[in-house]
Amino acid sequence: MRRRSSAARLAIRTPYFVLTGGLAIIFLYPLIWAGVGSFAPSPGSNQVEGWGFGNYVTLANFQAGLGTYLFNSLVVSVLAVLFTLTLSFFGGYAFACFRFPGRNGLFLLVLSILMVPYATLLIPLVIWLKTVHLNNTLVGVAIIMAVFQLPFAVFMMRISFEAVPRDIAEAARVDGCSNWTALWRILIHAVKPGLITVGMFAFLAAWNDFMVPLYLLGGDNQTLPLALVNMRQQVMGVIDYGATQAGVTVMTVPCLILFLVLQRHYVRGFMSGALKG
Amino acid sequence: MKKVGTVPARRMNFAAKSRRAGLAYVSPLTVVVLVFFVVPILLVFYMSGTDWKLLGGNKGWNFPENYADVLDNRMFWPAVGFTVKYTVIATVLLIGLGLGLALLVQESSRWKGLLRTAILLPAATGLASASLLFYALYSPQVGPLKGALSKIGVASILGSPDGALWATVFLILWRYVGFYMLLLLVGLQGIGTELYEAARVDGAKTLSIFTHITLPLLRPALALSTIMCVTGSLLAFDQFYILTKGGPDGSTMTVVQLVYNLAFESKRSLGMAAALSVVALLALIVVNIVQLRALRGGDDEA
Repeated sequence: MRRRSSAARLAIRTPYFVLTGGLAIIFLYPLIWAGVGSFAPSPGSNQVEGWGFGNYVTLANFQAGLGTYLFNSLVVSVLAVLFTLTLSFFGGYAFACFRFPGRNGLFLLVLSILMVPYATLLIPLVIWLKTVHLNNTLVGVAIIMAVFQLPFAVFMMRISFEAVPRDIAEAARVDGCSNWTALWRILIHAVKPGLITVGMFAFLAAWNDFMVPLYLLGGDNQTLPLALVNMRQQVMGVIDYGATQAGVTVMTVPCLILFLVLQRHYVRGFMSGALKG
Repeated sequence: MKKVGTVPARRMNFAAKSRRAGLAYVSPLTVVVLVFFVVPILLVFYMSGTDWKLLGGNKGWNFPENYADVLDNRMFWPAVGFTVKYTVIATVLLIGLGLGLALLVQESSRWKGLLRTAILLPAATGLASASLLFYALYSPQVGPLKGALSKIGVASILGSPDGALWATVFLILWRYVGFYMLLLLVGLQGIGTELYEAARVDGAKTLSIFTHITLPLLRPALALSTIMCVTGSLLAFDQFYILTKGGPDGSTMTVVQLVYNLAFESKRSLGMAAALSVVALLALIVVNIVQLRALRGGDDEA
């Protein structure tokens, strides 16, 4: 009896596993295809016979070279993270712990950045960055990327500081800490999860951003996504798909690693109902 | 202000100190927001009223004409039409499939955990790299579909307007559906199991549990997903710029792409691009006010 029922269950479950397995393959296949394809032999690329790194050699030798664009991307991403963290750390502290004139107005102004399309800000920035001598610079682009991160980052840091139990801050003040020492000695530890979240999202957004560099960067200052898209168009009209796959792999691997490392932390958090309230 | 006198000196001192400290801590944020957000916004409104060339700069005031030129541009109405069409398709499919997948992987088991990760993984890629990846995937030269395509006599998926639209929609589903699944999953977790058990005890069918308990209680999560999805789709750029270049024959040109096109390609006019981007900004504000109204109105009824 028992055996039959488990066989019956298997008969019912098999289509389910086939269906969901197929679903998983649809989502994973393109990533695997690009990763494997970047090493595989393919006509019209630098890797015609056998497996190897030919496509990565193409990338390394394209115009200023993979190294330059990778370096630009890293600089822009790290700077964008630094700017975002600094502005939202102090800003969140101010919004959460102090009352000052213009507090609500400024907070709404920061949130309103969400409502403005990228393009609406980028068109005047083409002119404005020139005026402040930041046109076609990595620093300028990093600042703009940080600006687009501010609504989420400031909101996140404000609620992080507001969630710090009152008595922790009180105790610090009783002990004679100024608000500056309290911030660096005590509060920073309490808001660390918020900082990590903000920093990670800022990094991923800056690393992957295409539109801001497209408007504001050119030549040897291009970031990797922009250089890859331009490379596709410029190799004498013939598209080198092998090199494209290699470029996509270089862009994607850091994101996937970051995602898998932190996914445990976040998805578990969601699943355990941490956000229920 | 008179009240200050009645407050004990120590408290007044504290309030003044708090004001000064708050202003000091918020000053870097204030400066950056003013210089890199407020000034450009004011500038874009000004530019939208001038004849501002990409090369050659400001050629003087050109107020209503700039906007008239944009509205009369032969690409304008097709771009608006296509953007709206794409937004409707993308939103319906993303929210619908996102909800379906959320229900599918809702319970925790090892297999469903793996499934969740697989579906969510593409959401970690950048939109530009995902678009490049699908550009290669769809290619008639190296893509895995090349055999099937030549058999049914289609030279290129991206070669026809419908093909280009649906190929892009598929890319967007692949890239974003996991994210919306996660948002809705969080919403589903917020619905207490007691409600489901009570409904079961009362003999409710699965379908009626879904329509009478799950959907109404999922409303806040569905509202947030819809607003994000509509906003994101109305501003679509990367995927079309990279995958279709607005083609074939401008059939997949979105409004934001037209902004870029006016500024750097066809007209090389920052003034016209500014005018169109101001139109896009105002349209987006109106759309979001309508959405918030509609969703808030629904909450009052409930």
